[in-house]
Amino acid sequence: MKTRRDFIKISAAGVGAAAIGLHALSWDSVTAQFVADGDTSPVSDEELTNYPTFCEVCFWKCAGFTYVDKKGNIRKIIGNKDDPHSNGRFCPRGTGGVGMYWDEDRLQTPLIRETKADGTQYFRKASWDEALNLVAEKMNKLRLEHGPECLALFSHGTGGKHFSHLVKAYGSPNITAPSFAQCRGPREVAFTATYGEDVMSPERTDIRDTKCLVLIGSHIGENMHNGQIQEMSEAIDQGATIITVDPRFSTAASKSKYWLPIKPATDIALLLAWMHVIIYEDLYDKAYVEKYTFGFKELKEHVKNMTPEWAYGITTIDPNVIRKTAREMAAASPAVLVHPGRHVTWYGDDTQRSRAIAIVNALLGSWGRRGGFYNPEKVHLPKYPAPPYPKPKRSWRDAYPPGKYKLVTEVLSTGICDASIPNADLDCHLRGWIVYGTNLMASLPDQKKTLEAISHLDFLVVIDTMPMDIVQLADVVLPECTYLERYDPIRTSPHREPYIALRMPAAEPKHETKPGWWIAKELAKRLGLGDYFNYENYEDVLDWQLKKVGSSLEEMKRIGVKKFNREFDDLYFLQNLEDFEFNTNTGKIELYSTELEMEGYDPMPKYTHHEEPADGYYRLNYGRAPMHTFSRTSNNHNLWDLMKENSVWINPKVAKLWDIENGQYIWLKNQDGIVTDFPVKARVTERIRWDSVYLVHGFGHTDKKLTRAYGHGASDSKLVSKIHMDPIMGGTGMRGNFVTFLKEKPGKEVNA
Amino acid sequence: MRYAMAVDTKKCVGCGDCVVACQTENNVPHGYCRDWIVENVAGTYPKLEIELRSERCNHCENAPCVRCCPTGASHIVDGGIVLVTHDECIGCGACIESCPYDARYPHPEGYVDKCTFCVHRVTDGENPACVDVCPTHCLHFGDLDDPNSDVSKILKNRKWKVLAPEAGTKPQLYFLT
Repeated sequence: MKTRRDFIKISAAGVGAAAIGLHALSWDSVTAQFVADGDTSPVSDEELTNYPTFCEVCFWKCAGFTYVDKKGNIRKIIGNKDDPHSNGRFCPRGTGGVGMYWDEDRLQTPLIRETKADGTQYFRKASWDEALNLVAEKMNKLRLEHGPECLALFSHGTGGKHFSHLVKAYGSPNITAPSFAQCRGPREVAFTATYGEDVMSPERTDIRDTKCLVLIGSHIGENMHNGQIQEMSEAIDQGATIITVDPRFSTAASKSKYWLPIKPATDIALLLAWMHVIIYEDLYDKAYVEKYTFGFKELKEHVKNMTPEWAYGITTIDPNVIRKTAREMAAASPAVLVHPGRHVTWYGDDTQRSRAIAIVNALLGSWGRRGGFYNPEKVHLPKYPAPPYPKPKRSWRDAYPPGKYKLVTEVLSTGICDASIPNADLDCHLRGWIVYGTNLMASLPDQKKTLEAISHLDFLVVIDTMPMDIVQLADVVLPECTYLERYDPIRTSPHREPYIALRMPAAEPKHETKPGWWIAKELAKRLGLGDYFNYENYEDVLDWQLKKVGSSLEEMKRIGVKKFNREFDDLYFLQNLEDFEFNTNTGKIELYSTELEMEGYDPMPKYTHHEEPADGYYRLNYGRAPMHTFSRTSNNHNLWDLMKENSVWINPKVAKLWDIENGQYIWLKNQDGIVTDFPVKARVTERIRWDSVYLVHGFGHTDKKLTRAYGHGASDSKLVSKIHMDPIMGGTGMRGNFVTFLKEKPGKEVNA
Repeated sequence: MRYAMAVDTKKCVGCGDCVVACQTENNVPHGYCRDWIVENVAGTYPKLEIELRSERCNHCENAPCVRCCPTGASHIVDGGIVLVTHDECIGCGACIESCPYDARYPHPEGYVDKCTFCVHRVTDGENPACVDVCPTHCLHFGDLDDPNSDVSKILKNRKWKVLAPEAGTKPQLYFLT
């Protein structure tokens, strides 16, 4: 019915100031920062005022201070030494967070999609009143005609909490984030099945005190999870052994004693062989396994024939190396950490691979032990008084037949897409989306399905700071100010000791942008839900909450971060074989999962062979670069300076075969004929296996309004059109896509 | 007093935080940098090594940039820090050509610019911004004449190298290997 919602190139009428052209090194356009008035010298800290904040450039949320000069200009952001996430040291993205504030491409005013007589669409600049009234009108209509459950919220980041509160008050349970089904979901489900608890964020990994750190495809150092990098660096100083399993010679691999250049998609075979060696060479922690685990006998029988020689044929890893590394882990036990990783949705059997990781840790007795996994604590802030939420009558799950993804513990973002596409079995599909702080075109795989779901919507509201690709599809755009210009909920993430951190504005919101809490409150007012936002300013909420835990807004404005005492002295709660009942069916660590068995899944992980690339195709692997967060930082000038585009890593042997030179721009085409929008630079490097290629995620933006990021590099998300669903929890396995090279610009028909 | 910096290549992950911190601390214009990352890959798959280095001005004891400066803008101050007086620099670029480390760049305001070891911080007893921000703690700074300084201690205990020793510049940037 609708062919509307074409991608709008926002350059159309009424959007205010003209876009500044792309002049990488031109002084005229790049001086937006502080130098416009000829001020080019450093300013000593005495001349600057600082305000506490915690970072929103990634999910690690390091606490620090924003420094502002006498003219009110934000100059720099420096870590807070009292913060365990950063220890006073921000990563490049946190340090470069100033670039988000200064970005001249920021969304400036509310925008409303309009259609001209000739059918072309454009965004019209609107007042807040008009935009909010329109969104409320659409939401009211939806509630009246179809029920509040037909609304969904996608959110990512701290400010999302304001909108999840709004959506719950409105009456919808459909609140999702790509961080589950596209990222850490399998890990949480697998660890919960094994230990009755999940890994949490920040991860409860005791890297600082470990004697042996094992990374399975986890590229710490390229993923810049600040606390983990710092602790890995400390572990290197302490002489810890690092073992890295990765088809690519990652930065972490280059710091490792052992690098296992594994054939992609075979990790479970290696993990099973490690179990075999640890069990059959009698290297496991006997007292721990005896006291805490269930199903050891079954596991021993299960891995009987899974010898290193068996795994060699699958993984291409030398059996002697498999034995040596298993022994090295056991020698460090229990101060050994087989890291569960974070982005683990790879091949569709990811819960089982994460289970295998959980099991190896259990055999080595590392859960609950120093140098393994600790027991974090967090501060529980009381909820600001609000009426109880209405009880939803339906949910996104109604889109699936019962029995699918039985162990899902959070709302699936891809499930929301499925539930938004009308089908005969659905009495009501989802009809309205609010998207907060996540660029769905890059964060979800299978863009075709996302676009299809969006095409069926009655309305799409996007709240963001930047004109991300998803913004082009919105009906209404609500521009939020950056995290440096707003209050947000207190950070209470779990750690070795419980901490809280405050984010407060260091400057007035630029342009006509507004903080998330204000936008949510104003919408609530217009929806008759004002009771749920019973305050004038968000400061009232923060002060009320802080006073309940013995602090105050005034105190937090001074110190930024506050440490509390642990409630229980049980950081390493299994260190001395203390009695403990796990939150599983058997009360034990389940090597053999009764829960998985009951739901009809394999109770112990098995190796399954995955599809391999056809002739002339290469497995598409993707990952992170330390100076960028997903697709959200690619236009940030400070970080763009460090990395302007991604490149496709190609092994020299492969490059020779294709006659591709280092630095040459090529196009990538995947198994479904999908071609990258823009050419991508070939990086011919020994660091990558011959059967795969590698892209840093988050590039290839299609919105010209992102004047720096537009057209630079290739979008891996676009090439991930084939998804291998995890049957246990609905994770979207994304590493079963294959690409080939095009040396000439492809014709239009290829891209259709 | 002799200021020096040691860069631990065993710990550096090449994240570029030193570059951004320098940019915001010293107001370095976008598109330019006073420090940068070098990645050297050696070997063939799967026998590989990477060396990652954070590089900047070496604050040479025998500094060719100072010797060749026609106006005296490039000079050495207490502690051996090589500086450029912006007002005296005519932007001729001789120093840029003479530097074996490619550490200098022409600032768009017309003078030549480079790392100052954050002299404004160091004189207050603080570390340069890059040292204080590095998440891997791979940068060490201090006074070589003080045997108890961070940099003296680490150079005593670890193997190190300098870049382009053949240039005879007596650089004060050390790389722990």
